[in-house]
Order: sequence, then structure tokens, then C-alpha cells
Amino acid sequence: MAPIIVGNTILWDWEYAVQIFPTLLAALKITIGATLLGFALACILGLPLAFGRRSACRPLTLLTGGLVEFVRSTPLLAQLFFIYWGLAEFLGVTMSAFTAGVTGLGIHYAAYLSEVYRAGIDAVPRGQWEAATALGFSALRTWTNIILPQAIPPVLPVMGNYLIGMFKDTPMLSAITVVELLQTAKIIGTRSFRFVEPFTIVGLLFLLLSYLSSLGVARLEARFKRGSA
Amino acid sequence: MSKIHPPFDLLPPLWRGVGITLQLTILAAVLAVLTSFVIGFARLARYRLLRVLATLYVEIFRGTSVLVQLFWVYYVLPFFNLKLTAMQAGILVLGLNYGAYGSEIVRSSILAIPKHQTEAGIALNMTPNQIMARIILPQALLLMLPPFGNLFIELLKGTALVSLITLSDLMFQGTLMRTSTLRSFEVFSLVLILYFLLAYPITLAVRAWEKKLSQGRA
Repeated sequence: MAPIIVGNTILWDWEYAVQIFPTLLAALKITIGATLLGFALACILGLPLAFGRRSACRPLTLLTGGLVEFVRSTPLLAQLFFIYWGLAEFLGVTMSAFTAGVTGLGIHYAAYLSEVYRAGIDAVPRGQWEAATALGFSALRTWTNIILPQAIPPVLPVMGNYLIGMFKDTPMLSAITVVELLQTAKIIGTRSFRFVEPFTIVGLLFLLLSYLSSLGVARLEARFKRGSA
Repeated sequence: MSKIHPPFDLLPPLWRGVGITLQLTILAAVLAVLTSFVIGFARLARYRLLRVLATLYVEIFRGTSVLVQLFWVYYVLPFFNLKLTAMQAGILVLGLNYGAYGSEIVRSSILAIPKHQTEAGIALNMTPNQIMARIILPQALLLMLPPFGNLFIELLKGTALVSLITLSDLMFQGTLMRTSTLRSFEVFSLVLILYFLLAYPITLAVRAWEKKLSQGRA
């Protein structure tokens, strides 16, 4: 296909776009990998944070509450820099940029997910707790067999939205030298002095994937609405 | 572990960055609010074409990552002889992007006003514009304030990204200080604390307003 030319600037060069596409697709795998690992970490870390905020122990409530507020009130990018350079220096460890990136995503979104979990747990009727006590369930069994199975499914769509949000935040990992999708596009662009195609393809890939995922979330939402009606 | 110095010497350069961050936040917020209302009203418009275009706008800006948009505007537009400074690119992209989110706030707040309010306006022989301006909007604006406050916090945090296209905001000053002093832990701790101090008052204001709103309801 001939390049699209307006005046004397090449607007879009098909040949170049096709040539760089496989490299970008390979980089997309890194982006998706970071998203899924980060989200798994966030799902796990979010639970103790949610428990902490609901606990009867006041210092613990204040500590987890403060932590969640602080993480939510500061930019993810600053947190990534803090983890990759600050924390590594403080602890005297070196971690790979990818590990630091996944950790940063995980901690940042754990703060948001803890609020989601909390809303889910609060929505479980009191009677369920009382029933568990009446049946002599231990605290652990009450949580794993009664409360969480009812608290988590209704908030899955909200969690899905955070997953999409995290996906769109992964380009920030490029700032701590992770060669993910955006960084790859930048490298390609710098090498060939053409940024139009790489950055546009990256944008379209993000649009496509987040649009498809949002359709998935909408279906999930519809299912729960039908279930509760 | 490195020796901990009193970090006060790091504050003046970071402080200069705070000024740029605030400037960018406020200018982008103005553009975001304008965009929110234009797109929000367009999504409620009578004409199908307007609604479709507005929906497309929202989907595109929300679907592509804000950092990708920032890079696109800063690196791609110069090829078409449109060279923006980092500040201009930041205001433009953050304003248009957060405006896409804000348009949902405008739309849902207007839709949240009960239908009988419109009917009362019709009964009083008001024109549709009068109903919107005198009945719907004054009530909807009160509902919009808390979510707009939250959006403002998100925007403030989002400004940190503009450091990646070389605007010397708080985040950028932090990375500069890191390379010049090599005291990463102190530098980025201070950066985080400063962002928190900027954002938290807005959080408190939003909460106070929400409380006030719910009191009026009860």
C-alpha cells in the first residue's frame, strides 16, 4: 500500500507500520504480563488492608487507613521512582525494573482494591455473621466459607474496571526503564526518526484491548444485575 | 545503608517544582471542566450525530493511555509542523483526557435530577433552556462538586506524567535531585510527601461537602 501523503509530509507509511508491528506485539506481551502480575499482587495485598481497616484494633485501623490514604493521594509515577531508586537504596538491594514496576502497580492498586473489598464485605448482611456464629464457625471459616464468597462476586465488575485502569497505567513503567509497549515504540521511533506509526499503533492497541475488556466488564455487570433482580 | 542527612537542603528545588505542578494542575483543570460540560451536554443532545461523536470522544480518550496520548502530542504532532511546549502539551492532553472522564460526571448528575423537576418547569411554561439553566443545573452542580473534586485529585496526580516529556514539575525536580545528590530515598520520600500535602486538603474538602450534601437529604 502506498504511504498516505499530504502536501510534502508523509502522514502514514504502511510499509513501515507493517514492518514494526511484530516488535510492538512482542512488547505488548510484557505490558500484559506486568498488568496481570501487578493485578494479582494487588488482589492479594488488598485483602489484609481491607481486614486491617475493619479490625477492632484501633492502631491497626489508623495505620492501614493512613497507608491507603497516602498511596491513593500520591502519583503512581512518584511511587515507582520511590520503589525503584529510593527503596532499593534504603534497603541496599537491587531489584530489576520489572520487579519494581510490578510491585509499584500492585501496591498502588491494592490501596484502591482494599476499598472495593471493604464495600463488598460491608454489603454482606449482618445475619450471615450471626448465622455463622450460631453454627459455631471459627473466624477463619466464617471468612472463607460465608463472608468472602458473598462479598467478592458482586464487586468483580469494579475490580475489572481497576484491571483496565492498571493496564492503561503500565506505560509509566517505561520511566523506570522497563522496555514495555510504549518504551519499545519510543526506541523504534528514535531509531528511524518516525514517531507517527509506532505511537499511533500503541494507542490503537490500548484502545482495542481496553474497549474489549470493558465489554467483558459490562457483561459481568449485567449478569450480577440479573442475578440480584 | 547510606547516612541520613537532614533533607531540608532538598526542599527549595522541589518547591520550585511544586509551583509548576500547581500551575499545570489549575490550567488543565480549567480545560477539563470546559471539556466536561461541552462533551457532557453533547452526550445528552437531541441530535444523534452529536451524541455519537461525543461518545466516540469519550471512548477514545478513556481507552488509550494518558501517557501514550502525551507522547503522541509531544512527539508526533511536530511531524505535522505543530510544535507544542511541554507545558502546552500537558495542559492540552490532561485537560482533554480528564474532560472525557468529567463529561460522565456532568451527564450522570444531570440525569440524576428527578424528572418531575423538568415537568414542573414545563407546567410553569418555561423554555427548555430556562428549565436547564434555572432548575436542573443549579441542583446538578451541587451533585457534581464531590466527583469533580475527586477528578481534580486524579488530575493533580496525573500531572506527574508530564515530567516524562521534560516539564520541570515536582516529579521532574525530584529526578534531577536524584541524579545530582544520589540521595534517592530522601528525595523521593519528600516528593511523595509534597504530593500528599497538595492532594489531601482536596480530599478533606470533598468529604466535608459530601457530608453536607447527605445532611440536606436526610
